[in-house]
Amino acid sequence: MKLRSMLGPVAAVALVAAALSSGCASKGGNGGADEIVIGEYGSLTGNDATFGQSTKAGVEIALQELAAQKGGKIGGLAVRSVVEDDQGKAEEAATVVQKLINQDQVVCVIGEVASSRSLAAAPICQSAGVPMISPSSTNPKVTQAGDYIFRMCFLDDFQGETMAKFARVNLGLKKVAILKDVKSDYSIGLAQYFTAAFTQAGGTIVTEQAYTAGDQDFSAQLTAMKAKNPEAIFIPGYYTEVGLIARKARELGINVPLLGGDGWESEKLIEIGGDAMNGAYYSNHWALDKPDTTLQAFLQKYKTKFNSEPDAIAGLAYDAAGVLFSCMEKLAATDPASFAALGSSKAGTPERKAACAKLRDLIAATAAYPGVTGNITLDANRNASKPAVVIEVKGGKKVYNTSMTP
Amino acid sequence: MSEFLQQLVNGVTWGSVYALIALGYTMVYGILRLINFAHGDIYMLGAFIGLYTSRFLHAGSAPSPVKAVIVLLTSMVVSALIGVVIERFAYKPVRKSPRLSALITAIGVSLLLENGGVLVFGADPKFFPQLIPSHNIALGLGVTISNQQLIVLVVSLVLMLLLRLLVLHTRVGKAMQAVSHNHMAASLMGISVDRIITFTFMIGSALAAAAGVLVALQSPKIEPYMGIMPGLKAFVAAVLGGIGNIPGAVVGGLVMGVAEVLVTGYVSPTYRDAIAFVLLIVILLVRPAGIFGKAVSEKV
Repeated sequence: MKLRSMLGPVAAVALVAAALSSGCASKGGNGGADEIVIGEYGSLTGNDATFGQSTKAGVEIALQELAAQKGGKIGGLAVRSVVEDDQGKAEEAATVVQKLINQDQVVCVIGEVASSRSLAAAPICQSAGVPMISPSSTNPKVTQAGDYIFRMCFLDDFQGETMAKFARVNLGLKKVAILKDVKSDYSIGLAQYFTAAFTQAGGTIVTEQAYTAGDQDFSAQLTAMKAKNPEAIFIPGYYTEVGLIARKARELGINVPLLGGDGWESEKLIEIGGDAMNGAYYSNHWALDKPDTTLQAFLQKYKTKFNSEPDAIAGLAYDAAGVLFSCMEKLAATDPASFAALGSSKAGTPERKAACAKLRDLIAATAAYPGVTGNITLDANRNASKPAVVIEVKGGKKVYNTSMTP
Repeated sequence: MSEFLQQLVNGVTWGSVYALIALGYTMVYGILRLINFAHGDIYMLGAFIGLYTSRFLHAGSAPSPVKAVIVLLTSMVVSALIGVVIERFAYKPVRKSPRLSALITAIGVSLLLENGGVLVFGADPKFFPQLIPSHNIALGLGVTISNQQLIVLVVSLVLMLLLRLLVLHTRVGKAMQAVSHNHMAASLMGISVDRIITFTFMIGSALAAAAGVLVALQSPKIEPYMGIMPGLKAFVAAVLGGIGNIPGAVVGGLVMGVAEVLVTGYVSPTYRDAIAFVLLIVILLVRPAGIFGKAVSEKV
């Protein structure tokens, strides 16, 4: 009896071990040197789920083009992507990136949108020597994590200055109130840069209020704000709360323009905010109604595949994948040995690190890449330098208002 | 002055929502001595049932007060049934076990509803259709209230009054009081304790669902995790008023709503969530039984 009861668990453990080892053998396909794996992480679920989903959609279009034009191969190796969900949590972002690098053997990571999550993952990519391209994290600290961290978008300081300049010069405003998300690096940073630029240009910040992502009620902050009679409210938050804030503001009789940043970029913004969003302005990476052939071709493909309009997040992700693919092609053409090593080496080995370093150098040298979000040139700090557009919400539609150059 | 009055209006509206949720906590605790942690998630389910009902009725594109009432009632009825199912399958089997088992079960049910919600409804926030278009009503002294806020306030008050009538003046209400005093004695008097417990869960869940629909009406973004924080706050409100005590839950909810709004408006929004739990600690230190609670001496 004793022996029998012992045998069961032992057999089970043996079975599991066998299954695991065979699973590893078949899954470690990277050792076969016939494919290159790229990783992507983002918030596929959670409070700002459209960010992760749009990023995934953008990369999918780039992969689809690669499949159509080159049979899905670069330098003879098939390109495959692995997508992980970080549920919109910084701690999960760190975990899934660790998994992408060590288990899925990715040679480059694309992600994230929210700066807090990019900041959580960046040190991991840096220490593993795997390049990370954030399509749309705008906080300056992200690329300061190390020389393997890149981004495809402009920075919060530029974005904050843009909106400050727009409010002061284009709209001629003097008194602006700020409502920021105290738990978000992105929001705090943007508020800070906006304040600095706006006060320098002769404006005043009449009050600065705060909220936390996930809040449902903003009446207290807005009532306190109303007493100060601002001429506009700058809300450097994400679309989910902005819609609710806009509704509440109009309800309380605050009818001044609302200003914001690229965190507003989502189809849900106008769905949640409704008519209350009219007359709002936000800085963004692109405007869909801009006549540009690359952009319009991308739009067409996106609409065919997903039956909806892309947001800028998807466009930036598409550009991130585009830059990565073009660098991999360059590597395959100029240094085939290193390129082959990308496919055949294992995570953490010196060969992999050397090959990834070559890829890193090529990404860092990106200049005038014709992306759908404008021409991308990476500066010495691995940040993209490009103009921002200001979008106005008019009659429930997002309309191109103006472009602001750095 | 007008700013302060406006903040009070905001606080009372928000507090009446806490009061509605707190009632469910307090009733279940009064009858079963169980803290039903899944209660906040019933509030979330109420909002989602409201969403699907209004989509079915096309209430968003052609809003009318009749449709709004149907949405509210459907959500309350369906949530009441869900409350009964949860009681029957999750809490009844552990009723004779130590209280800790029931508490852990409640946390389990809460997680099940939240993550089940992500699976069924999807994780991205949903827009709740505007059942009643909002407009402002001036109250004088520069204070305004939106018709939606007013509806939240009035509906909450009516539901609370109905509950009071039910508990004090009907047979089933008196039976509830009896069961809350002593299960054994109540059953000896011919009261079906099981049926009363089921009934309590029905009423509590229906009130939470009403709160869900009312909140969604004025801040139209709903998602599966929306019940966590309001649930916790309403629990604190119930303890504040004296858990197990129905008027206590109402007062606790209102105190909580006003306190939060005043802290946000005059101190810092960062302390908004903290104030709830500071209140809880202070109450437990100063008046452990809550504002309206009676201290019960333990039998030795």
